[in-house]
Amino acid sequence: MAEEQGTQGRTTRSRIAHLYRRAGFGARPEELDAAAARGYRVTVDHLLDADATDPGVATMADPTFSKVFGDFMTVRRHRRHEASQMMLWWINRMIAATNPLPEKLTLFWHDHFATSLQKVGSPELMFRQNQLFRTMGAGRFEPLAQAVAKDAAMMVWLDSNSNKRESPNENFARELFELFTLGAGNYSEADVKAAARAFTGWRVSPRTQQFAFAPRLHDGDAKVLFGETGSFGGDDVVRLVTGRPECARFVTAQLWSHFARPVTPDDPLVAELTDAFTPELDVRALLRAMFLHPEFDSASTRTGLVKQPIEYVAGALRALGRRAEGVDLLRALRQLDQEPFVPPSVGGWPANGYWISTASSLGRMRFAEAVARDADLTPVASVSRRARPEAVAHLLSVDGWGATTTRALEKVADEPRSLLTLALVAPEYVLA
Amino acid sequence: MAITRRQFITGEVGAGAAGAVGVALSQSPWQARGDDKTAATTTTVPTASSKGTLVLVTLYGGNDGLDTVIPFEDARYLGARGELGNFSDGGHPDGAVIPLADGLALHPALTGLKRLWDARQLAIVRGVGYPAPNRSHFVSMDIWQSGSTDGGSTTGWLGPWLDATGTDPLRAIAVGASVPRILRGEKASATAVPLGPFALPGTPALKAAFGSMQHPDGFDAPLAAAIARSGADLLTTGRTIADVVAGRPESEAGAANLEGVADGADRPGHTGELGEQLSLVARLIKADLPTTVYSVGLGGFDTHANEKAVHAQLLGQLDASITRFFADLEGDPHREGVVMVAYSEFGRRVAANASGGTDHGAAGPVLVAGPRVKGGTFYGDEPSLVDLDDGDLKHTTDFRSVYATVLEGIVGFDARRSLGGPYPRLDLL
Repeated sequence: MAEEQGTQGRTTRSRIAHLYRRAGFGARPEELDAAAARGYRVTVDHLLDADATDPGVATMADPTFSKVFGDFMTVRRHRRHEASQMMLWWINRMIAATNPLPEKLTLFWHDHFATSLQKVGSPELMFRQNQLFRTMGAGRFEPLAQAVAKDAAMMVWLDSNSNKRESPNENFARELFELFTLGAGNYSEADVKAAARAFTGWRVSPRTQQFAFAPRLHDGDAKVLFGETGSFGGDDVVRLVTGRPECARFVTAQLWSHFARPVTPDDPLVAELTDAFTPELDVRALLRAMFLHPEFDSASTRTGLVKQPIEYVAGALRALGRRAEGVDLLRALRQLDQEPFVPPSVGGWPANGYWISTASSLGRMRFAEAVARDADLTPVASVSRRARPEAVAHLLSVDGWGATTTRALEKVADEPRSLLTLALVAPEYVLA
Repeated sequence: MAITRRQFITGEVGAGAAGAVGVALSQSPWQARGDDKTAATTTTVPTASSKGTLVLVTLYGGNDGLDTVIPFEDARYLGARGELGNFSDGGHPDGAVIPLADGLALHPALTGLKRLWDARQLAIVRGVGYPAPNRSHFVSMDIWQSGSTDGGSTTGWLGPWLDATGTDPLRAIAVGASVPRILRGEKASATAVPLGPFALPGTPALKAAFGSMQHPDGFDAPLAAAIARSGADLLTTGRTIADVVAGRPESEAGAANLEGVADGADRPGHTGELGEQLSLVARLIKADLPTTVYSVGLGGFDTHANEKAVHAQLLGQLDASITRFFADLEGDPHREGVVMVAYSEFGRRVAANASGGTDHGAAGPVLVAGPRVKGGTFYGDEPSLVDLDDGDLKHTTDFRSVYATVLEGIVGFDARRSLGGPYPRLDLL
């Protein structure tokens, strides 16, 4: 089959490698070969395929949760153990999934609707939220937002479960507008206050740990929200806010920023992409438009994003055929300052510059050296010294190394373990 | 102008310092031998014009100023706060408030700060904020860290100082895995020193090869160059810092992340993560590093609910950490020049909400501590509890006055270059 030529004459294989880095956690050489044979568009279709059950994770058991009674330290130790197991489980899904896009998208929504185990407390509630992102994350945005608003972990996180008529709590309303749907500057303080009143009466039932509504705590009076008057409830707020044009633009910008490169909602490119998103706010349709857009494969996109630590770690383990296990991996993520389920704030994790520092250089080097210690070095050791830099590029599905990195790699070509370590911290590999 | 979360947080501009790689043989674990030596670090020594060491403590989330420096006798405060304002014996786990002056008292957990106050080494600047307060964490923290209410900047108020003072990556250190906006300039930024081990692993050949890869000019893409720049800084700073940090056990506070503030609850005087950070800063100060500014932080102050217990734990941690920090420096000549400034992105509303907490507010107090500080006094007027701005305190002191004071008094830099205009200095140094 003739190779499709992408922008700037890139080969299909190169374009698909880039696609898998962004839509997933990178592809192994054999996966790339198979996908390249199918072609770019067919690969995009496969990634967006909603119906297939993924063979890679079909036999993976979900984490289990149990109640433990005892003193404070006993309960805490138990929760910490469950949380660690859940973190490893998720990283292992990223590694094992044949189609990685659902996991990548789940990670995006986890960042977007950032909720922290640190306050929520219960690993099981965080797991339920994670599953919500997994099952609803590629569908329409409004149902997703409605479900997230009533998600127990989110309600605990942003105090929706203690928002009462006589003294409304604005936390959820504000973050819903500022961070989840519209962006700063696209609503008024009066809108926040009105929305807070609309959300009163929502609670998490202590018995079921699910959403429940307490009518006597709800402020059913008329409110003015975005210029409209009505006795709005919480569902109405989500419906109204997701229907605003700023929401479509904001969410589009967030998705492009996470999968391509950072962009603000007023960028002309966002306006173009928003066309694919509206009016249904169908995430799958937007992703298709994004992956097929010429800008997705441009030089500025290719070099415009730094891998977040979770992506970096999952990608490296995937490339080397390893699983996520043991306390050391979680310690490595902690050193790199990104643990799943523990975002630093409701704003989620920052991008790019945030992940570039002396501390992160050190963290990556330590992780790389540890991972290379146990890796199968055959693909690198079995070829001649001169061919090794190229061999490790192939192993990591990197297009190639620049001159500086090549010269550096040549210095350790005699030590395959060191060569692999260095390749894992090369700027070309650290970029997404 | 709408500021997106990513615009605020990204700090795209100025990622990484401009430090050149000064590679040299040494006996330390940092034996990275490059085959070429790019220009050695310039000899501009910023500490020549600095007059001490500034330690910035960022309290993330919006510290409740009214629950820190408490107008405990004011009927309006008591009426607005209800249970939250009840500090009568038995009503608060740590006991009664600690009266200072002017009808104000410290939260019961701040016993160490009281000792500093009595020793005239703690100043409290009241009612600090800015015009047209913004109640978004991100926008308001952006304003505090950039030193500008315009919202256009992506660099910090110490950015101009960093950009003007050469390339020594050690002149500013942020403890943790990343550098906050405060310490990012257009070209330069602080070095991030994480808690935990600070040794580059691998064989000598690997370390040398790593060193030879860290040439920003060898990479076209700006982000790739920035990654190389950070790698280069890691090598130069590592040689200096590794010995200071050597032997530090991995921070136990990291493991506590999962359970959050509750970790402090069962251990009074527990210094937690902030204590770890300040402990490292104390060691670095005593090691005579050329560092003028350190940055540390503590999160969790967004007390929308259950504030009584949560805030008490946080303030307890803050108090124990600061006390331990100055005690660690006892007997060291550098101690005299150390000034600590603790601030938050806003205070909280006067009235409590229905969840036993408070929502985002505006003005709040800033704590300034150190041997040089003219302490035991309040600066700035206490905000009125009557003349409110839609339920929030009106600021009486512009935050940039605090910055101007420390810029000129400690960092040794013209405040106007950082802040774009003159702000009245406070006479607290």
